[in-house]
Amino acid sequence: MAKQYVDMNTPVIEMRNIVKKFGDFTANDGINLTVHKGEIHAILGENGAGKSTLMNQLYGLLKPTSGDILVNGKKIEMNNPRDAIAAGIGMVHQHFMLVQPFTVTENIVLGTEPTKGLSLDMVTARKNVVEISERYGLSIDPDARIEDISVGMQQRVEILKALYRGADILILDEPTSSLTPQEIVELIDIMHNLVKDGKSIIIITHKLKEIKESADFCTIIRLGKYIGTVDVETVTENDLASMMVGRNVTFKVDKPAQEPGEVVLDVQDLHCLDYRGVEIVRGLDLQVRRGEIIGIAGIDGNGQTELVEVITGLRKGTSGKVLVNGVDVFNKSPNFGFRHGVSSIPADRQKHGLVLDFSIEDNLILQNYGKEPFSDKNILQRDPIFKHASQSIEKYDIRPGNSEKRPAGTLSGGNQQKVIIAREVQNDKDLLIAVNPTRGLDVGAIEYVHKYIVDQRNKGKAVLLVSFELDEIMSLSDIIDVIFDGKIVASIPGKDANENDLGLMMAGGKKE
Amino acid sequence: MTKKKGFLEFVSENRFIHILLSILLGFLVGAIFLAVMGLSVGEAYGRLISSVTSLKGFSYVVVYAIPYIVVGLSVAFSFKTGVFNIGAEGQFVVGSMAAAVVGILGAALPKPLLIPLCFLASMAAGAIWGIIVGFLKTKWGINEVLSMIMFNWVAFYLSNFIAGIPAIHSDGTAEATKNISANASTLLSKDFINSLGLCPTANWGILVAIAATVLVWFVIEKTTLGYELKAVGANKFAAEYGGINVNRSILTALAISGALAGLGGALQLMGMGSRISIFSSQEGFGFAGIVVALIGCSNPFGVLIAGVFYGALMYGGSKLNLVGAPTQLINVIVGTVVFFIAISVIFENLKRIRSRANRNAEARAIKKADEQKEEKK
Amino acid sequence: MTNFVNNLGIILYATLIYTTPLLYAALGSCFSEVSGVVNIGIEGMMTAGAFTGTVVAYFTGNPWIGFICGGLAGAFFGMLHAIATVNLGADQTIAGTAINMLGPGIVIMIAKVMFNSTDTIPLEASMKIPRLFRGVFDTTTVFGRFMDNVFANYASTYLVFIAVAIVWFVFYKTRFGLRLRACGEHPQACETLGIDVIKMRFACVCISGFLAGLGGACVTMAISTQFRPISIVGQGFIAIAAVIFGKFRPHGALLGCLLFGFCSGLKVVLGGSSGINMQLISMIPYVVTVIVLILFVGKSRVPSANGKPFVKAK
Repeated sequence: MAKQYVDMNTPVIEMRNIVKKFGDFTANDGINLTVHKGEIHAILGENGAGKSTLMNQLYGLLKPTSGDILVNGKKIEMNNPRDAIAAGIGMVHQHFMLVQPFTVTENIVLGTEPTKGLSLDMVTARKNVVEISERYGLSIDPDARIEDISVGMQQRVEILKALYRGADILILDEPTSSLTPQEIVELIDIMHNLVKDGKSIIIITHKLKEIKESADFCTIIRLGKYIGTVDVETVTENDLASMMVGRNVTFKVDKPAQEPGEVVLDVQDLHCLDYRGVEIVRGLDLQVRRGEIIGIAGIDGNGQTELVEVITGLRKGTSGKVLVNGVDVFNKSPNFGFRHGVSSIPADRQKHGLVLDFSIEDNLILQNYGKEPFSDKNILQRDPIFKHASQSIEKYDIRPGNSEKRPAGTLSGGNQQKVIIAREVQNDKDLLIAVNPTRGLDVGAIEYVHKYIVDQRNKGKAVLLVSFELDEIMSLSDIIDVIFDGKIVASIPGKDANENDLGLMMAGGKKE
Repeated sequence: MTKKKGFLEFVSENRFIHILLSILLGFLVGAIFLAVMGLSVGEAYGRLISSVTSLKGFSYVVVYAIPYIVVGLSVAFSFKTGVFNIGAEGQFVVGSMAAAVVGILGAALPKPLLIPLCFLASMAAGAIWGIIVGFLKTKWGINEVLSMIMFNWVAFYLSNFIAGIPAIHSDGTAEATKNISANASTLLSKDFINSLGLCPTANWGILVAIAATVLVWFVIEKTTLGYELKAVGANKFAAEYGGINVNRSILTALAISGALAGLGGALQLMGMGSRISIFSSQEGFGFAGIVVALIGCSNPFGVLIAGVFYGALMYGGSKLNLVGAPTQLINVIVGTVVFFIAISVIFENLKRIRSRANRNAEARAIKKADEQKEEKK
Repeated sequence: MTNFVNNLGIILYATLIYTTPLLYAALGSCFSEVSGVVNIGIEGMMTAGAFTGTVVAYFTGNPWIGFICGGLAGAFFGMLHAIATVNLGADQTIAGTAINMLGPGIVIMIAKVMFNSTDTIPLEASMKIPRLFRGVFDTTTVFGRFMDNVFANYASTYLVFIAVAIVWFVFYKTRFGLRLRACGEHPQACETLGIDVIKMRFACVCISGFLAGLGGACVTMAISTQFRPISIVGQGFIAIAAVIFGKFRPHGALLGCLLFGFCSGLKVVLGGSSGINMQLISMIPYVVTVIVLILFVGKSRVPSANGKPFVKAK
C-alpha cells in the first residue's frame, strides 16, 4: 500500500542545503529534504543528529543560517510559527504542547479563538472542534480536561490542533515514543487516512519498524550531515540502522540460559491508590528470583508506576506485603528498602535519578554520602569521593572523562543514565528495578544499558524490568508478566512471547 | 578548550564582576538623581565615603553590619536549601525579644552565663518561628511564602505585646522595654572604646557574626547535613529517592535559617539597641537580610562582605542630610544595585545556551572518535 | 440590639475600608502571577501609587486625575519589573525585591525634595475620592444608621468590586484571558501557536503595577489624606498572600481580601470595647488567615510556569 497516495509531481516541501549553526557548533550541515503531496516521509537519526533542529526551522521556531525552504514551490522566509501555520504547516511536538488544566476545545482553538463581541465564543469553538474531529475520524471528548485524558488522546488533540489551523503538511516529532502498541496501530491508521485526504506527513523517529510500517520515503541524518533519502520499500531495517549509526548494529542480546535461584522480591496481594485517590494497584502478586529478569509489560496507567513506587518506598500502599529477602519493606522509607537490598534505575532520570545541579561525584554517592569512606563523623571526605568518581567514570565509560566535578545536568542523556547505572550497580544490591531504562537514548547507549542489565542477571541478581517498549521487554525478559488494571493477568516465558498476544493481553483481552 | 578567554567573556562569566558592575551602576543612578535635584554629586559621595572611612566611622559601619551579616546568612542558607526565607523579619523580631526577656529577667546572672543564655534563647525563638512555617508546609502543604508573611506580623505584634507586660516594660514613660542587664551586653569596655576612639556602641558581636559565617560555610560545604539539605533544595524528588527524609530536611533548614535570623536579633539588641521599642511598623531587618544575601550571591563569605557594604551605605547614608541630600538616596542606590544583579543573570542564560551547544558538539566528537575506532578494528 | 446593629454596621464599613486597597493590589497580583511572573514588587508599586495619587490630586485639585496617575506610577514600576523579568529573563524574586526598594526610595526622596518632609501636604476634602452615599440614608432610624455606616465608603471601594467582576470576565470569558492563563501554564505551547508570550507577560506585569498603584492611591486619597512613609506597610505582601489564598483566581482573591478585611474590621470594634490587649487583637487577621487556610483551603495550585523565565530560542 506504500506510495499509493503520493503525487510525485507535486513537491510541497523542499529544504535545500540547510545549514544551522549555534555559535561554533554546526547542528545541520547541508541537509536536503523533499516531501510530496500525499506522502509520509520519515526522518531518521540518532539523538542529537539534528532532526529536531531541522524541523524547528521548517516550523519557524529557528532560523536557518543558510539554505532555502520552499513550500508549494515558493521560497518562504519563516520568522515564527505564525508564518509556518500560514503556509499550511502544522507540528506535533514530542513533548506535547498542551495546557494541562484547559479543556480539549480550549487547547485546540488557543491562538485562533472565535469571538463574539468582546467575549470568547466557546459555543462556536466547540462546534468547530466536533466538526473537524468527525471529518478526520479523530474522535475526542471536546469538554474533557487534558490532565484527565490518556496520552494517545492527547496526541489526537495535538493533531487536531494542526488540522484546525488548516495544516496540509504535518510534522510529527517522535510520535510513538509514549504510545501503547494499540495506539501506535491507530496512529498509523490515522496517518494513512490523512494522506488519503491529500495531506503530507513528516515523521521524525528512530524506530525502524514504524518507518517500515508507515513511511513511503526516509531521509537519514547522521551527526548533522545529510546521508541520503531512500525508498522505504527497497531497504531492510538493518540497512536503515547501519545508515543511521554508521556501522553495523546488532539488536540481539546475548543471554545464557540459567536456572533461577531463590526468591528475592515477593509482592503479595498489594493494593495502593494513585494521586487522585483511586485504587490503581488491586491485589497484585509478583515474584522475582535470583538470576532472572522479570519484565512487566503493560499500558501506561495500569499500576506499574505505582507498583515500583511502593516497592522503592516512594509511595504508601493501602495493604499487602513487599518482601525483599524475607524482610517486609512495605510502607517503609526508601532508605529502609535500600538497606535491605533494593536498588533501582528510575523512570525519570532527571527528576528522580539525579540532582542535576550536583557534580557527578556527588551524584554517585546519593545513597551513600553518610557512609564510610565518603564521610567520617558527618564530615564529607572529598578524596575518597573523588576517587570513587574517577573509578566509576573509567569503568562505566562516562563521557567526557575527567568530569568528576562537572554538574550532572551538563551531560548527555545517555551519559546521565550511565551515572545512574554506575551508582546502582555498584550499590551491589540483590534486587535491581529498572523502569524504562532506555527511554530517549540512542542505539549505542541502549546496547550499553541492556548489557549491564543482563550482566546483573548473570551475576545472580534479581531484576525487575518495567518498560513501555515491548521490544525491550521481549528481548531481555526471562519471564514476561502482563499487568492490566492493577493486577498481573498473565505470566509467559520470554522466548514464547509474541507482540500481538502481548498487546491483546495488555489491553485486557484474553489470549485465544 | 584551549582558546584564551576574551575580555567580554571574562566579564560575562564572572559573578564577582557582575556584582561590582551593578554597584557601580547603582551609584551612577544615584548620581543622576543627585544632579537632577541640583545637588553636588562630589560633595554627597565625598561625605558618604569620608563618614565611613575614619576609624570611628568604620566602627559604626561594623556595628551596623552585625545584624545584616547574620540575617543575610539566614537568607543565604535558605536559598542554598531551596526555600525563600521571607520570614527572616519575624524570626529576627522574636529572637531579639527572647534575648531581651532573658537579658532583663536574668539580670542576677553573671555575664558568662547570661550572654550565652540570651544567644540560645534568641536562636531557639527564631528556630521555632521557622519550624512553625515548615510544619504548616510539610503537614498541610501551606505555601511558605504566605505563612511567613503572616508570621512576620504575628511576631511583630507579639513583640509589642511582650514589651507591654509590666515585668518587661520600661519603668519610665518610654514606649519600650527596660534596658537589658549590663551583664547581657556585648559592648566593649568604655575605656577601650575611648582609648581607640571607636563609636560608643562598638561591640564584639562582629566576632560572633564572623564565627557564624565560617560555621555556615562549613555546614553547607563540608558536612553530610549540608549535602542532604542542598540535595533537597536542588531536587527533592531525587533526594527522596536517594533515601533522604525530605520533610525533616525542610524543617531542619528552616530551623537553622530561623535560628540565624533570631541570633541576628539578639546581636543587634545586645550590642546596639539595649532595649526594644513598641513600634508602629516593621523595622525591615529581614528584608535587609534578603538584599545582603543577594548581593553576597548566597555565599557565606560574600554575605560577610555584602553585610559590611550594606552597613556602610546605611551608616553613611544617615549622614547625607548634612550636605542637604535626602537619606533615601541610599535606598535608591541599593535598589538599583539589586535590580542590576537581577538582570545580570542574562549572562548566565547566555552561558547556558552556549554550554548546550558545547554539549552537543562534545557528544558528536565522542561519536566520531568511536566511529574511527571501529574503522581501525 | 440597636447597639449590635450599629456595631455590625461599623464592622462592615471597616471591612470594606481595609479590603479596598488590598483587593486592587490582589487583582494586580493575579494578572502577573497567572501570566507566569512572580511579582513580590507589589508593595513598592503600591507605595509609588500612594505618593503619586495624592500629590497629583493636590496639585490638580481633581481626585480622579490623581487616582489614575497613582495607577500609572504603579504601572511605571510594573514596566521596570517587566523589562527585567520578561525581556531580560532576570530572577523574578530578586527583581521584585529591587522594586520594593526602588519604589519607596524614589518617591520618599521626591517627597523630601518637594515638601522638605517625607510626608505630603494633607488633601482637602474636595480633593479626596468622594463618598457616594453621604446623606442618602435616613440616619434617624436604626436601619438607616446601619446603611449609612456601611455605605459611608469612598467611591474607590465600589469601583474595586466592579473591577473584580471585570477581571473575572477578562480572565475566563475573553480571548486575552484565555491566552494569559495559557502563558502561565505552558508558554512554549503558546509560542508554537503564534501567541507572543513576551508581549502578553509584559502587558500583564504592567497591568499588575497599574492596579497595585490604584490600591496604593486609595490609601492616601480615601482612607487617609496624605502620603507618609508608613502609608504602605505590608499591604502589598498581604495582597500576595490573599492571591495564594484564593488559588490564583480573582474571585478567590476577593474572598481572601474580604476575610482579612473583616478580621481587621473586627479588630477595630473589639479594640474599642472589649478590654483585650490591642496588640493581641491586632494578630487576629494574620492568625485567622492561616487557620482558614489549614481548615478550608489547603494546597494552592501554582500556575505551572510561574516564576520560570521564558527564553526564546534564536
